[in-house]
Amino acid sequence: MGAYLTQLLAVADAELRKLRHDPWELASRAIQPVLWLLLFGNVMARVRGLAPRTVPYLDFLAPGILAQSALFVAIFYGISAIWERDLGVLHRYLVSPAPRSALVAGKALSSGARALSQALVVYLCAAALGVRLSLQPQDAAAAILLIALGASLFSTFSLIIACIVRTRERFMGIGQVLTMPIFFASNAIYPIALMPAWLQIVARLNPLTYEVDGLRGVMLLDGASVYGLGRDFAVLALVALLMIAVATRMYPRMTE
Amino acid sequence: MSATVEQQGPIGAPVIETFGLTRRFGTLTAVDAASLRVARGEIFGLIGPNGAGKSTLIKMLTTMLPPSEGRATVAGFDLRAQAAEVRRRIGYVPQLLSADGELTGYENLLLSARLYLVPRKEREQRIRDALALMGLIEVRDRLVRQYSGGMIRRLEIAQSTLHSPAIIFLDEPTEGLDPVGRHTVWLHILDLRARLGAAVVVTTHYMDEADMLCDRIALLDHGRISVIDTPAALKERLGAHATLDDVFAEMTGESSDRGTYRDVRRARRAAREHA
Repeated sequence: MGAYLTQLLAVADAELRKLRHDPWELASRAIQPVLWLLLFGNVMARVRGLAPRTVPYLDFLAPGILAQSALFVAIFYGISAIWERDLGVLHRYLVSPAPRSALVAGKALSSGARALSQALVVYLCAAALGVRLSLQPQDAAAAILLIALGASLFSTFSLIIACIVRTRERFMGIGQVLTMPIFFASNAIYPIALMPAWLQIVARLNPLTYEVDGLRGVMLLDGASVYGLGRDFAVLALVALLMIAVATRMYPRMTE
Repeated sequence: MSATVEQQGPIGAPVIETFGLTRRFGTLTAVDAASLRVARGEIFGLIGPNGAGKSTLIKMLTTMLPPSEGRATVAGFDLRAQAAEVRRRIGYVPQLLSADGELTGYENLLLSARLYLVPRKEREQRIRDALALMGLIEVRDRLVRQYSGGMIRRLEIAQSTLHSPAIIFLDEPTEGLDPVGRHTVWLHILDLRARLGAAVVVTTHYMDEADMLCDRIALLDHGRISVIDTPAALKERLGAHATLDDVFAEMTGESSDRGTYRDVRRARRAAREHA
């Protein structure tokens, strides 16, 4: 177990060190959520009926944008996995005695940690726009955990896609196609109740819905999760584990 | 033909033993029933034209690619059933760039040390020794993408040997290096054998290097091992003044000259495009 953790953390640590060498990558990714809140949020706040009557639309939107920005970063993780394969760096990992699941979980963990910078940006921006945020330590901790779980889940999903499509060009196309439904068929920017019945079913099967739901519960001063934090966490953790289990089987075959 | 391959030269306790190792990709047989033994401390060369199956054979022996047929023991463990045990005991420097350019030399070594579970107490010392040995102390905190080709190769060798493997696989380790860089790499390979007592399996295009450094050479052609012997014995077959280049030409019906191969490849590609 100690050995497993050492190897898992070695992978995650290497990823985070790369980030430290190139902080501009993070900075560039902070722009998008700010624009969503500033432009989309401020306009849509004028539309009545988009958010539950008790919550201002920007408050309703902020957790959705946070989950979305973490999703956008995570869903393109597969590109860097293919890039690592093309370069040869992947061989370094796969020829090592580290269990394949430790490699996959280590990468997932680093994506989780990476997403936290997005959280910082969205919190700051939301606060500046007057969103009433809860800064209770237990709420913040729960938010961190939800974001990290969501990012791990979607980055590992992305890794699975990478294992299937195998080239960067094909992945670029697929990545765009995937983000749209995951984002719009969720409760990120409007309540599920507004959707036609069939789309509501899709949204309820979408892990992003549970991430956003949990975040609404812990991010906002008087927010509440619809499904309950317990279920939100359980869904995210289960799907993340499932993704890691599938990716563990597929990842080693990338070098073939 | 592979059934008649003669095993000559020094065979102690084998660290690699393969029996009819075969890999097919669709209808193409990349490696066809390869049977060979490599002894402890031996430097074993895999020579052959492009596409002869050298890299595929190495990929199988390093557990990167499952064989279609046949079996092998590597470092005392079954290649298929005990892949993780095999990986613990081998080092592999692939043909592609395996050091991470976005990390420093030190960080690359730290990653390897952790993945191979080098005990925490020994980690820093071993990394320091490896950096010193490979002449990389001064650049340890520089990003690897700023390294020269030779420096990267040395770093990759250091990364693959931190855990004192019983066998080191190097896939064209001197490809793309200048003469000085090539020479340095080969000195390090000799040194690894001397220090670790490790067996070295190496592929190369350069006949002079194979001649100078390999204890024995396996000649691959179209996926088959056509001969395994010492460089001296191989040359003897062709007469007094034969070079390994002559042997290569004789066995494969082609010249080993790299320029020629590149030309052939280019010509073939052009032919295909115009077809």
